[in-house]
Amino acid sequence: MKVTKKDLETVALLSRLSIPAEKEEQYTQQLSAILDYIDNLSTVNTDEIQPIAHVLPISNVFRDDVVKESLDRDLALSNAPLKDEGYFKVPKILEG
Amino acid sequence: MSYEAVIGLEIHSELKTNTKIFCGCATTFGAEHNTHVCPVCLGLPGVLPVLNKRVLEFAIKAGLALNCHINGFSKFDRKNYYYPDLPKNWQTSQYDLPICEHGYVDIVKSNGEKKRIRITRIHMEEDAGKLVHSGNTIKDSDTSNVDYNRTGVPLIEIVSEPDMSTPEEARLYMEKVKSILQYIDVSNCKMEEGNLRADLNVSIRPRGTDTLGTRTEMKNINSFKAVEEALTYEIERQEEVVEDGGHVVQETRTWDPERGITLSMRTKENANDYRYMPEPDLVPIITTDEEIEAFRKSLPELPDARQARLENEFGLSSYDAGVITSSRQMAEYFDAVVAAGADAKLAANWIMGDLSKNLNAENMSITDSPVEPERLGQMIGLISKGTISSKIAKKVFEEMWKCPDSPEKIVQDKGLVQITDTKAIEEIVDKVIASSQKIVDDYKGGNKKAIGALVGQVMKQSKGKANPQLVNQLLAQKLG
Ligand SMILES: [Zn+2]
Repeated sequence: MKVTKKDLETVALLSRLSIPAEKEEQYTQQLSAILDYIDNLSTVNTDEIQPIAHVLPISNVFRDDVVKESLDRDLALSNAPLKDEGYFKVPKILEG
Repeated sequence: MSYEAVIGLEIHSELKTNTKIFCGCATTFGAEHNTHVCPVCLGLPGVLPVLNKRVLEFAIKAGLALNCHINGFSKFDRKNYYYPDLPKNWQTSQYDLPICEHGYVDIVKSNGEKKRIRITRIHMEEDAGKLVHSGNTIKDSDTSNVDYNRTGVPLIEIVSEPDMSTPEEARLYMEKVKSILQYIDVSNCKMEEGNLRADLNVSIRPRGTDTLGTRTEMKNINSFKAVEEALTYEIERQEEVVEDGGHVVQETRTWDPERGITLSMRTKENANDYRYMPEPDLVPIITTDEEIEAFRKSLPELPDARQARLENEFGLSSYDAGVITSSRQMAEYFDAVVAAGADAKLAANWIMGDLSKNLNAENMSITDSPVEPERLGQMIGLISKGTISSKIAKKVFEEMWKCPDSPEKIVQDKGLVQITDTKAIEEIVDKVIASSQKIVDDYKGGNKKAIGALVGQVMKQSKGKANPQLVNQLLAQKLG
């Protein structure tokens, strides 16, 4: 599958990555190669194979609706790069 | 050109569980910010979410009550997007195998017309956190503060087909869904706390065609009034755009209730590629037919069935039965009034009349009514027995609202017993006839309506306590 420069830009935007201009060509080729390799799977005959939703053969793992102690707030915030009076502080998010 | 609107709703309802959907943090509303958080709901690396069993139970019950098919095999997916209210950068939701599909609810419009609104699907998902802006307005702030208490609170999202064509239908549909969720007791549905909110999708097309126009979306509408007003405005706006030769732009708009208009949010729509993928940390859910049937059996009587019962059993009008059963609390109050011995039609009238008026005036819910159903039932019993007239009953009701005394005691203490003693009434009747020569002549001259004025005078002189039927009888007798 041929990945275009526009595909690369879209993927970069969705992943919040900035790609230096001089790397664009290289990444485009690498992504194409990866997708071509994955495409080998489409040659496998899957007629008799059921789709799976999970790699492990387990289902129905539940917990009871019982309250457990939450984290102490200072501990919860201890890894936050920015905080403000018990809040996680983040850069302005409004667009436009 | 005449247009019709095509409206679809996505209703988000918070489920009333004790804990979040994938961790044991409490869901209590209004807690100190960031005190109901743990590694799971903060999305720290390496944690393992586990589904709260009650969330599944509530979602299946909601699906059954909304006439859905329950999928025996269901799974969770990751919906990827970047927004700081979502610490993991994805929302755990359901994509291609939601727990419920293909349901419907029936609504009855104000003109009496019945309409079925189809439900596409209901899926389980987690709520997001809350952004608190630090500057005076969002635009002034360089930063936002985030409270993750609400992150991971369980939601069901109920997606309708675009089957509604007027703002009224959209409001009725949302009211019906709310009523059903309250009946089955899976959500508090407190709209002011945001635990029932809707995204509205609307487009217009020339009336009578089946083309689909470009739609706009308004998110997080949390009152019935706003549903109707926002849609009314937006439909008019789209009509004007098209009439002026323009094109409706597909976009998200916000509803400004103060100004009564919708505004473009100017977001970059192209970034909405959610790249759903199966959630590897949660295993699939298998529900057997036996389990589904057991849930179906556990459901209480639902609004439509209850309304039909009130119509058939008590002869209530369809309108009255609809109002009484619109909330489970009111329907239960009604049943209790009738159980206390009241006539059903009188019970409905009093609940929809004086009781609702007083509750609304004091912004109270019926479960907090100072007049309990037992006392209202007893009071209605007094009317039926002829002890008090309906007019006197209004006074008794107001007294009951203020004090906890029984209606009998109030009637005794205030001397409100209806006069059914013929002698006593006769005296007043004679006095009135003697002092109203002109009206008496008028009546005798053939104006039979004039008797009304005489009845009024007798009632007035008896301070409303004379039995009006007796007064009528006596007057008619005496005037020949
Ligand atoms: Zn948690």
